[in-house]
Amino acid sequence: MASKTMVTFSLNGSEVDVVVEPRELLIHTLREKCQHTGPHIGCETSHCGACTVDFNGTSVKSCTLLTVQAQGAEIRTVEGLAEGGVLHALQEGFMQEHGLQCGFCTPGMLMRAYRLLQENPDPTEAEIRYWMAGNLCRCTGYQNIVKAVQYAARKLRGETAESSHPLIAADAAQAH
Amino acid sequence: MIPRPFEYHAPQTLPEAFALLGAHGDSAKLLAGGHSLLPMMKLRFAAPDHLIDLGRITDLKGIREENGVLWIGAMTTENELIWSTLLQTRCPLICEGARQIADPQVRYRGTLGGDLSHGDPGNDHPALMVALDASFVLQSAAGERVVPADGFFIGTYATLLEPGEIMTGIRIPMPPPGTGYCYAKLKRKTGDFATAATAVTLRLAGGNVEHVRIALTNVGDTVIRATDAENVLTGKPLDEHALDEAVRLAMAACNPAPDLRGDEDYKRAMAGEMTRRALNTAHERAVNPARP
Repeated sequence: MASKTMVTFSLNGSEVDVVVEPRELLIHTLREKCQHTGPHIGCETSHCGACTVDFNGTSVKSCTLLTVQAQGAEIRTVEGLAEGGVLHALQEGFMQEHGLQCGFCTPGMLMRAYRLLQENPDPTEAEIRYWMAGNLCRCTGYQNIVKAVQYAARKLRGETAESSHPLIAADAAQAH
Repeated sequence: MIPRPFEYHAPQTLPEAFALLGAHGDSAKLLAGGHSLLPMMKLRFAAPDHLIDLGRITDLKGIREENGVLWIGAMTTENELIWSTLLQTRCPLICEGARQIADPQVRYRGTLGGDLSHGDPGNDHPALMVALDASFVLQSAAGERVVPADGFFIGTYATLLEPGEIMTGIRIPMPPPGTGYCYAKLKRKTGDFATAATAVTLRLAGGNVEHVRIALTNVGDTVIRATDAENVLTGKPLDEHALDEAVRLAMAACNPAPDLRGDEDYKRAMAGEMTRRALNTAHERAVNPARP
């Protein structure tokens, strides 16, 4: 019925052309046409934020955006966070602070935190919780996610970032 | 999750948008932030044949003061409202309200005009706009008309917007210095629609209430302006007795629908409690007008 349209956008720095029906959701294009399967789908009511990507300098839930709306957009997904094989401070923070278990919410959490720390490089715990409220997690209870974002914030500000985890901290001390 | 097929249009100007609306009539829907419409389409509650995306019309964005009147473009996002220094300093009720709407991602997309045009009694901006005595600019190919917020909302998902019209801007008389304000919202969790909420603006003169506006969210088919409660407060000090009476009258104005957020009695009682808190906070802010 509806004619297909070609849409061009930048995905993690590379120009991408896709041909989509107008009804195709951005999350499906990213996962099925671009094979960027880090962004996940956790709901159909726009609550969970597992599909969060960075879109023209904002965090968006890519399940609630049509791919045709992405014409000319700059999109970054979790696949674009690490550079040259080196983890982004947030990826390192989530690992060091045990900020993930099943990993299903993690790509969305990372991309939301990525934007948050650019807007607010030194957030309080309350600010982290408030500005991450669009991302649900069923595993962690959020506490370690807050610590992971704090870890990344310290590192990105050029301060010393050490794991608050007692065993990891002890390992690190032994290694010295 | 999967919407029905439709044709997509992305006009660059308002005249193009009006032409598309004229050509496709009832089979077209305007796409703003898309955070009410797309969820409904994904559940197939809505199945328009044409979507007209307003996202590329730059005239519909912006926040500015024009001769003592605040103008906000309908496509201005919630996030832009929150971070507007003009609103933070001159009309902070909008920022306080917007911070209680949805979540960060939704607020990067969802727009003031969309929140209002949707006509959902669960949305927060209708009460904020009624409390601020706002009016809405509705444009069509034939011209423009301006309608007050109080009276714009006529039922659930029903407003005065006619087919062929687009809400292009929101006009708000700039609240005079010393205007107390509050949006008190009870919700089950961050991002939820209100179980009950109350928006208040209030000014004092010589210790008496000179001006008060009270608007209630999600306790009726539409936003409810609690005019009886306003009348009982006007011209008197806001003491315990006056407050109790205003709360009673605000509760009497409610007509809540029972759902998973609670039954009628609970919602009515909570509308009273939110009204009490909003009046108290607005009163404190009117007495101590130092901005946060």
